Amino acid sequence: MLGLNKKDATLLGVVAVLVIFAPFILNPFPADSAMAQFNAGYPDLMQRFVIFGIFAVGFNLLFGLTGYLSFGHAAFLGVGSYSAVWMFKLLSMNVIPAILLSMVIAGLFALLIGFISLRRTGIYFSILTLAFAEMSFRLAYSVLTPITNGETGLQLTLEDPRILGQTATENGGIPVTNLFGLEMRSTEVLNLGGWTFQFNNGYYMAGALLLVAFYISIRIFRSPFGMMLRAVKSNQQRMNYTGLNTKPYTLAAFVISGMYAGLAGGLMASMDPLAGAERMQWTASGEVVLMTILGGAGTLIGPVLGAGFIKYFENIFSKINEAVLHSWFHALPDGLENAIVWVLEHFVGSGWHLTLGLLFMLVVTFLPGGLVEGGQRLGRLFGRKKDAEEKTATQSTPAE
Amino acid sequence: MDAIILQILNGLDKGSAYALIALGLTLIFGTLGVVNFAHGALFMIGAFCAVTLNKLLNLSVETVDPTRTDFLGNPLKVKTPYVETWFGPEFGHAIIDWSVPLAILFSIPIMIAIGFIMERGLIKHFYRRPHADQILVTFGLAIVLQELIKHYYGANPIQTPAPGAFRGSFDFGAMLGFDPNTIIYPYWRMIYFAFAAVIIGGVFAFLQFTTFGMVVRAGMADRETVGLLGINIDKRFTIMFGLAAAVAGLAGVMYAPINSPNYHMGMDFLVLSFVVVVVGGMGSLPGAVAAGFLLGILESFASMNEIKSILPGIDQIIIYVAAIIILLTRPRGLLGRKGVMED
Repeated sequence: MLGLNKKDATLLGVVAVLVIFAPFILNPFPADSAMAQFNAGYPDLMQRFVIFGIFAVGFNLLFGLTGYLSFGHAAFLGVGSYSAVWMFKLLSMNVIPAILLSMVIAGLFALLIGFISLRRTGIYFSILTLAFAEMSFRLAYSVLTPITNGETGLQLTLEDPRILGQTATENGGIPVTNLFGLEMRSTEVLNLGGWTFQFNNGYYMAGALLLVAFYISIRIFRSPFGMMLRAVKSNQQRMNYTGLNTKPYTLAAFVISGMYAGLAGGLMASMDPLAGAERMQWTASGEVVLMTILGGAGTLIGPVLGAGFIKYFENIFSKINEAVLHSWFHALPDGLENAIVWVLEHFVGSGWHLTLGLLFMLVVTFLPGGLVEGGQRLGRLFGRKKDAEEKTATQSTPAE
Repeated sequence: MDAIILQILNGLDKGSAYALIALGLTLIFGTLGVVNFAHGALFMIGAFCAVTLNKLLNLSVETVDPTRTDFLGNPLKVKTPYVETWFGPEFGHAIIDWSVPLAILFSIPIMIAIGFIMERGLIKHFYRRPHADQILVTFGLAIVLQELIKHYYGANPIQTPAPGAFRGSFDFGAMLGFDPNTIIYPYWRMIYFAFAAVIIGGVFAFLQFTTFGMVVRAGMADRETVGLLGINIDKRFTIMFGLAAAVAGLAGVMYAPINSPNYHMGMDFLVLSFVVVVVGGMGSLPGAVAAGFLLGILESFASMNEIKSILPGIDQIIIYVAAIIILLTRPRGLLGRKGVMED
């Protein structure tokens, strides 16, 4: 199907089913139950799942296949966001031209940075990309204020021309982003018993694009081009000695992954039409590295899992506070309750970063292949040995 | 001329901090081959050692003084720090005043202990793992340390004053024979630079002139051979890790009066320190120090108004521009060796 072998088609199918039914899957608890705060099925978070999924899938195309560790990928995300918002300001509120432009601009930007940075390998490449990204971030904050609106961030105003659209709606508001009239922010709510399911237009558009992005990523992984990139990762020197110029291949991978980041940035701006410089900061670049490695670099599904995992923890753990903890352990004797709450409150609420840091350390120490390896180990544990061996044969190890 | 000297002086204190952190990073990388992303956190912990000692010394007992009254007419409550009751008011006050220099003594054992625990408990298991794993696990550790500090000290910067004798500025230009009042320079920054120079000199002398340092240098060049000669090189490298942690910690202690410590100061310095290390050349100690001062001074030159008016925004990006130019023209940084971290 679609030029995929059976296993990849199944994988794509599974991802498609997950994306389509995410509003149900992520909402397993009734809305008024005590567990409702573990529900992740609200539009804002689901959009973030798929957008960061796209970002991480793109990053994995570079890092997972070629082993080049870029520490400046957030720059492309930021550039994508800015271009999309400018498209909303100048042309129309339709998201298609905005997303196209953000991909093109991010691609050009990646071409420029990649052309220079790829002259070096190893940590020198990482530092070059980091330097370019930090430069973009600082320029966006200071000198480029006419384009980026500095610290406030680029926003839509009522004075924007919007040549093909309207400057303001009839009741004097700023028009909302849409896909040929389909508003991105509008959400269908379905009440079933105690459950509340939300179906958001923006989420489904981003989800569809995630599937396309994922499909392209599978095709690249299985193509001769992908094979060449893997060869670069395993031994670039040998490739050079055979008389092959590897640079066009690595540069192509860099540009493609930059365009993925641009797409993610454009989508982010489409869901919420503003763009700030902090999206380009090195912490944002670090985040996508963490997502990819946590999920499993060099695997197909790993980056998506990693992105979902981190965003889930970021949003759900940070909402739990002391009062919530007290209500959970209400039934216990007072002394014990206080002791447990005292220990746990370090890890939740504003302390969720601590949990994140510990989780990283645990995952990296015990599961170097990320969540995917964890899944494989579980699979092997339950006796599906043959299946696991096949999987490892098609997957590469995490890059250096 | 005096403007140039002033800018060089302004660059020295940041340059000193960059150089000290980069020196520690390079020591760890050169000996253990580990890329330590938690090094910024060690710098921050050092600064919080100074904060902690300051707070400990200021622990007070509250007594009621019946002879005086406050503005409401109640007897005045007087806070006397324990140190003052123990050592007498004058000496006690001097101890509190000198809390930051005293924190040097306080922080050395703490930082060495933290370094040992980190190396033996965590980093030991990552020698044979890819650099990406090392970066990730130390990054995780940095987040954990940062969050713990944030939890106990809060998110706001905590002022930690320098000793009273060294607050304020002095006329450095007049001492050099320039017109008075052209080069005004704070005392503490001068001290910070001198301190950094002593530490850097000390580390180099330690590596160059002691048997221990000789063995460590031999181990950096060829670990396997040194091991085969019957020397327990792992133990020595662990000690070097403790030393590198102490260098970062001391850099942090002395930096506390310059910039009030907050929990994310380590991360702010870490990225720049990595740029510094790479510009200097991975694994080269003199390179790290030279690049630290070079970039610190460049940064201060770029923030001159004359330069900013020609190239707006240059002060924000000069370090990165310099890093890009150096890496493109000198592939292994200023003083890097061949074949280090290029695969």
